[in-house]
Amino acid sequence: MAYLVLDQLTKRFGNWTAVDNVSLTVEKGELISLLGPSGCGKTTTLQMIAGFLDADGGRVMLDGQDLLAKKPNERGLGIVFQSYALFPHMTAAENVAFGLEMRRIARADRDRMVADALKLVGLEQYGDRHPRRMSGGQQQRVALARALVIKPSLLLLDEPLSNLDAKMREEMQIELRRIQRTVGTTMILVTHDQSEAMALSDRVVVMNKGRIQQVATPQEAYDHPANAFVANFLGRTNLLPGMVGGGAGGTVITVADSVWPVAQPMAAGPGALAVRPEKIGFVDAGGLSGTVLARVFQGTQWLFEIETAAGRLMVIRQHDGSPLPAERERVMVGWRTDDMAVMPADREAA
Amino acid sequence: MSMAASTDSQVQATAANPSTHAPPPRRPRRWPWTPYLLSAPGLALFAVLLLVPLVMTFLLSLNSFSFYGGIENVWQIGNYADIIADSYFHEVFLRTFRIAAVVTLLCALFGAPEAYILRRMKSPWRGLCLLIVLGPLLISVVSRTLGWALLFGSTGLVNQGLMAMGLIATPIEFMYTETGVIIALTHVLVPFMVLSVWASLQRLDPQVENAALSLGAGPLTVMRRVVLPQIVPGILSGSIIVFALAASAFATPAIIGGRRLKVAATLAYDEFLNTLNWPLGATVAVLLLIANVVIIVGCNRLVERRYKQVFE
Ligand SMILES: Nc1ncnc2c1ncn2[C@@H]1O[C@H](COP(=O)(O)OP(=O)(O)OP(=O)(O)O)[C@@H](O)[C@H]1O
Ligand SMILES: [Mg+2]
Repeated sequence: MAYLVLDQLTKRFGNWTAVDNVSLTVEKGELISLLGPSGCGKTTTLQMIAGFLDADGGRVMLDGQDLLAKKPNERGLGIVFQSYALFPHMTAAENVAFGLEMRRIARADRDRMVADALKLVGLEQYGDRHPRRMSGGQQQRVALARALVIKPSLLLLDEPLSNLDAKMREEMQIELRRIQRTVGTTMILVTHDQSEAMALSDRVVVMNKGRIQQVATPQEAYDHPANAFVANFLGRTNLLPGMVGGGAGGTVITVADSVWPVAQPMAAGPGALAVRPEKIGFVDAGGLSGTVLARVFQGTQWLFEIETAAGRLMVIRQHDGSPLPAERERVMVGWRTDDMAVMPADREAA
Repeated sequence: MSMAASTDSQVQATAANPSTHAPPPRRPRRWPWTPYLLSAPGLALFAVLLLVPLVMTFLLSLNSFSFYGGIENVWQIGNYADIIADSYFHEVFLRTFRIAAVVTLLCALFGAPEAYILRRMKSPWRGLCLLIVLGPLLISVVSRTLGWALLFGSTGLVNQGLMAMGLIATPIEFMYTETGVIIALTHVLVPFMVLSVWASLQRLDPQVENAALSLGAGPLTVMRRVVLPQIVPGILSGSIIVFALAASAFATPAIIGGRRLKVAATLAYDEFLNTLNWPLGATVAVLLLIANVVIIVGCNRLVERRYKQVFE
């Protein structure tokens, strides 16, 4: 039985559907990231799990219990808010202590736990400062400490590291990962930072316009995007229009003058082929032909822009001394069929 | 004016460019009187309409008055000595500030929750209820107070209703009593408290309440530990406004309190228009002003010191 289950969760604001039939299961101790463009419903989803917004449909089960039936203050979740939501009239230490006070933890234990939590986020010097007198990053770390100190079994993190500098962010990422590993806290992390999601998560959930596009491990989502949106959203990709059809040896997709075998069963019709720039190489035969429009030296690698009958392609080659085509040269490009993803043509590809 | 200044310095900079040994750019010349000139109309209005009458009232309070001789243009502080010595005036001033204090307390007790509930309401109802709350401000003070008098008279709706329900045997006296004045003043002044608390609620991040909930606080605890401390400055500044207006209110105590239950404002009025003892009326007015300023400035200092840390 999964630890957290979102079942067809839906939220509408007027006639705008902010979260549309979101279903997701999260195992205990898993760290899962919600990724997606601004306004795709990530915060709204978290707010429904937390109970600050009433769902218009669907269920949320936590550890076998119906979460939506519980009041927000009885859910016992740890939450880091996108806007921090610190108590402005309390000092940093008082902010962190609040949840412990509500749990009636004895004064001495409380003080020690607050000090530990502040130390964890590197703010041991700032305990008696008010939020208005702290920088954005410091406030964010207080918010993180406040959520961590109550040792919740489920932690909802709405862009908890967005305002930290690179070094501090890395430290906090390691800290989150450590807590998740050692304490076994289940975490749902909303982030704009793809590399953060890739580095931290057991699985990523890519959302767009309130709908889940793909749930997969970071590597799987990167290598085998479920659709054009995911392919475009996660890293740079080349998306080539083609025609899916049945060939002699099974299903194939035809892209301009090249033909590629399709592994999964697919209906015939218009489709798209996604392949990452770094997975494309120059071949002698059996590939897609084109002309080099431009090549740019980037230190460790070369960036090529190639004009083909199926559109422009981005190609990245390592700068390892092997001979590379010049500008305006006729070339043929190809890739391993394992490195490409084929998907139905998607009008919503953004 | 800052625009003019920056254009000036640009002109200088381009002029200085061709020369190789350009002198360090001179600070653009500023005419130091501009701010005063700009605020002159406001200051003039302030001086003519407020300062001059105030000074004249003060000077008047130093004159003396005799029943036969009228106002005599002498400078003395006999009026102040009279008031300070006379227990009748003590009673009036004490009553004035007692009424003001109770009204302030009631306004805070009703106004702050009212503002909070209003903010929680959904769109169409919120506007409607806000209008109802602010309603008293839209009606002339005289007709509103007369309404109260009708409602509270011994044959008024309230007393008739209470007697019909058998709750009281004889009518409760509202007219010419402190209770009546306090109720009416609270009704008139509560909008100021609502507006003031409303303004401080506006700065409240609703997610902060959610944060407290998520940490396990019940709704009452959220109220006491999170919402209330944040709107205290609003309640206190509202209290200052309400106190000042209640202590110097005239129309409401005049109609409900009548001649029998005098407060400082009605006392001054009577001295001016009935006894014709203008100097004594002026003295009452000056003392009321001084007491008001002292109390309000004192409270304000207290508030500022207490909340400087949190809100700046
Ligand atoms: N209270 C509200 N009333 C109306 N629409 C809302 C409300 N809250 C959110 N929305 C809409 O719902 C959609 C999803 O909002 P949400 O805050 O969940 O986005 P998000 O994915 O968290 O974006 P971001 O990455 O910018 O934080 C947005 O289009 C937003 O305009
Ligand atoms: Mg958000």
